Amino acid sequence: MFVNMKLLTHNMLTSHVKGVTKGYPLLIKATEVKVNEVDFNPQFVSRMIPKLEWSALVQAADELGHRQDLPVELVPEYEKNEEFLKKVHRVLLEVEVIEGCLRCPESGREFPISRGIPNMLLNDDEV
Amino acid sequence: MTSNCRRPEHTAPPDVFYNEVEAKKYSQNSRMIEIQTQMSERAVELLNLPEGQPCFLLDVGCGSGLSGDFLSEEGHYWVGVDISTAMLDVALDREVEGDLLVGDMGHGMPFRPGTFDGCISISALQWLCNADKRSHSPPKRLYTFFSTLYSSLSRGSRAIFQLYPENSEQLELITTQAMRAGFGGGMVVDYPNSSKAKKFFLCLFAGVTGSLPKGLGTETSDRAVSNQVQYSGQRCRFKGMKGKSAKKGRDWILEKKERRRRQGREVRADTKYTARQRKPHF
Repeated sequence: MFVNMKLLTHNMLTSHVKGVTKGYPLLIKATEVKVNEVDFNPQFVSRMIPKLEWSALVQAADELGHRQDLPVELVPEYEKNEEFLKKVHRVLLEVEVIEGCLRCPESGREFPISRGIPNMLLNDDEV
Repeated sequence: MTSNCRRPEHTAPPDVFYNEVEAKKYSQNSRMIEIQTQMSERAVELLNLPEGQPCFLLDVGCGSGLSGDFLSEEGHYWVGVDISTAMLDVALDREVEGDLLVGDMGHGMPFRPGTFDGCISISALQWLCNADKRSHSPPKRLYTFFSTLYSSLSRGSRAIFQLYPENSEQLELITTQAMRAGFGGGMVVDYPNSSKAKKFFLCLFAGVTGSLPKGLGTETSDRAVSNQVQYSGQRCRFKGMKGKSAKKGRDWILEKKERRRRQGREVRADTKYTARQRKPHF
């Protein structure tokens, strides 16, 4: 198994460039995307759903072409809906970005992703 | 707190110090791996996570992902941040399970509020106390780090930092900046009586004030009243044993075992056979 940026991590990432107030969600410009099988853990997925920014997740999955039939609105009583949890699991933990970059929506600053690791380092004038 | 060897953070900035050569050690040196794993185990114990629940954790200064391996074993999901790309390359080669990011602690943590259920960091915080560039100001960088970390943790969660403090001023600087950022908590010292096994853990609480856990090996060393003479009979301990060796009695052996226990070493239990002489054999 290889580590690459999962959409779960992307959903939590914000831009922290100086002066940016909302820097979220980061736009994904991916040149290489992979789907990697991960063990399904319904407990973890249903615990993470309330923490997610749902619209950002749907948008990111759409950008990568892996949205399939993920609904725009969150399904009520998702804890018991295993089929839905499996879909979320797939988008959240199995779709991975290997090469590309993340773009801050406010400042336009781009954070490169190489070998699946986003580089969030800032320059001296951005701190 | 004093050590003879040079501290790595005095030799070069972290992204320079942890080059390919240094990073390789973390995947090959079994002693380093063992110590790192032990410390992560203790850090996770101090995190006090809910039993049997998979959590989403942050590993600051994750390096080659040794501490992350332990988190994965426990069934948790994690994100690791490190400044050294060479170390992260080792993590990639070791095929760790968490997500990795290149980032500088002093720039702040780029996460949404309330993301993580906890944060661990093994031997990384002391690097923040150095000014490697002219633009670096350690108090400011510490504050930026702690305040962004505070917001990225969910309420009631903890952040545990294992660190090697250089002196008490450094420790004070770190804790003041953490408290200013809103954290509660303090230092936990494991095995305070041993120079080798002694470990410092900074335990920070986000939101809820819990009681600080006790350091390992401190139970027996607690003296009730610190400003009074404790055991005045001790001075004439060996008075009545003229000619006999002081080091062979049961009392001496029991005392020595107690001393070693305080240092956190493995010591056999005291029994009726302790210090009993063996029969002569022919």
